[in-house]
Amino acid sequence: MSKEEENEQVKVALVSCGSEFAGVQSELDSAAEQVNAKLVYPEMDISSLDTIEMEFGLQVASADLKLMMARAKAVVEGTANVDGVFVTSCFRCAEAAIVRNEVRRYIHKNSDIPVISYSFTERTTAATLLTRMEALTTIARRKHLLAREVQTGLTAGLDSGSTTTKAAIMRDNELIGEGWVPTINVIESARKAYDIALEQAGVKEEDIQAIGTTGYGRFLLGKHFKAQLVQEEITVNSKGAVYLANQQKGPATVIDIGGMDNKAISVEDGIPGMFTMGGICAGASGRFLDMTAKRLGVEITELGKLAVKGMQDKVEMNSYCIVFGIQSLVNSLAQGSTAQNVAAAACHSVVEQIFEQQLQEIEVKEPLILVGGSSLIEGVPKALGDLLKIDVIVPPHSQLIGAVGAALLASGYAEE
Amino acid sequence: MTKVFIYPTNSLILSDLIERFGHTPLAMMGQVHEKITTIGIDSPPLNITPEDPKHGLKYAAVEVPAGVRGRMALVGPLIDEAEAAIIVDDAAISFGCMGCARTNELTKFLARDKGIPVLELTYPYSDAEGKEFVYKIGEFLKSLTKEELS
Repeated sequence: MSKEEENEQVKVALVSCGSEFAGVQSELDSAAEQVNAKLVYPEMDISSLDTIEMEFGLQVASADLKLMMARAKAVVEGTANVDGVFVTSCFRCAEAAIVRNEVRRYIHKNSDIPVISYSFTERTTAATLLTRMEALTTIARRKHLLAREVQTGLTAGLDSGSTTTKAAIMRDNELIGEGWVPTINVIESARKAYDIALEQAGVKEEDIQAIGTTGYGRFLLGKHFKAQLVQEEITVNSKGAVYLANQQKGPATVIDIGGMDNKAISVEDGIPGMFTMGGICAGASGRFLDMTAKRLGVEITELGKLAVKGMQDKVEMNSYCIVFGIQSLVNSLAQGSTAQNVAAAACHSVVEQIFEQQLQEIEVKEPLILVGGSSLIEGVPKALGDLLKIDVIVPPHSQLIGAVGAALLASGYAEE
Repeated sequence: MTKVFIYPTNSLILSDLIERFGHTPLAMMGQVHEKITTIGIDSPPLNITPEDPKHGLKYAAVEVPAGVRGRMALVGPLIDEAEAAIIVDDAAISFGCMGCARTNELTKFLARDKGIPVLELTYPYSDAEGKEFVYKIGEFLKSLTKEELS
């Protein structure tokens, strides 16, 4: 694919039950525009609304949900010529949630067009949607880039996360330097992590052939370090995960528990298919574990060791909220619970939320690869494995997943 | 002349019938026209902004989805203004459609609950039913005129 083709506008089908009535349409359009995509309404025959319920097999009361199914059919049958699909409906509408999930599955099963789904409120902003939209258009636009399985040359990856900033230096398919520092100032923290990685690798910055940036601060870092690749973390992390876990062929599921949000990504041959991104409540994130560790008076690195020795069901946790959840843990400690049991309950709570809120939206296919800083807390992969009854793989350097993924993908530019 | 609310709220046929009998139809088309011709708002296609679902809180609680409240921000004021209503149940989509079943339920409830004259009919699917349908609507609209005269 040429650079011109790569820069071509991507057509994304909007399959929604009336986002234009919820006051979010301009935000959806704005998010698409920022990644050079255009939302289009798939054209279909109006008469198909009379028959779509029986064809699809789902009877619904709302006409706009019939419209969603008919538009999904137009996408699958190719009458609507689109590169990606954005399926969306109102948050808190049970009927729409059923249709949204089934439409997403239907498109995924019957076509190879990338699809994402999202439930909106009137407070949904373009910024919230940007990462998702960017991932969708990347999958549609840059499949050749995502097909890369081997890192070549000397490249660097910088991952500016909400809690920590990571750097990786790679040479000829080997990780030779790494840096991991808390995120304070986006550029300064990246500079620090990058310097640590360069020193460990024993190479000079000017010798680096290509840089890739990812994470929340990717745009700022991309500009500052003149990166060849600036890419959202869904694409980069899934690439990094299957690369580090050596699972580049066939299906895999990647779960990334970040400091602020979580991603669950269904991957096929290293290319993300369906994915979900949580980010409404910090109670399901690494931040909750961080706060638990502080409350228990242990380092975050010690929390996992405590958790594997504990029993989560000995602690009553009746809230997923980061504030009330911590309160439950404090109450348990006051009632004589051990630190081990509390640590186990915290890990179980995070994993349970991911299971309930995110894994319901993607197809979990083995191997299950757990990445991100939280994967190093031993209690987390154990809790996830116990809950899903499957083996969970935590690849080496799993906390560096974004940085390694960025260095790997950036090597495509080093070759150029 | 009576202000008559219609359901489905965007039915051109109902709107036209009401006008023919000398009354004022209260329909979605008027609301959308007002929205899209409001100067200074740029939120296509309907110019509904995040403020509209908040206005919809007058008719539905915050736990009701934003799409329902956004629609109610348009429909609710019409019901507030209505002096009579015609509700057609189980209509074909081409006759008029609100799109969202939850909004439909709330809209019909508010119209019935207002204590105004309401004619409730089932959508006709044969010629005979169609004639009966138009006749009933005509009689209802004439009765509104008589009420006004008396």
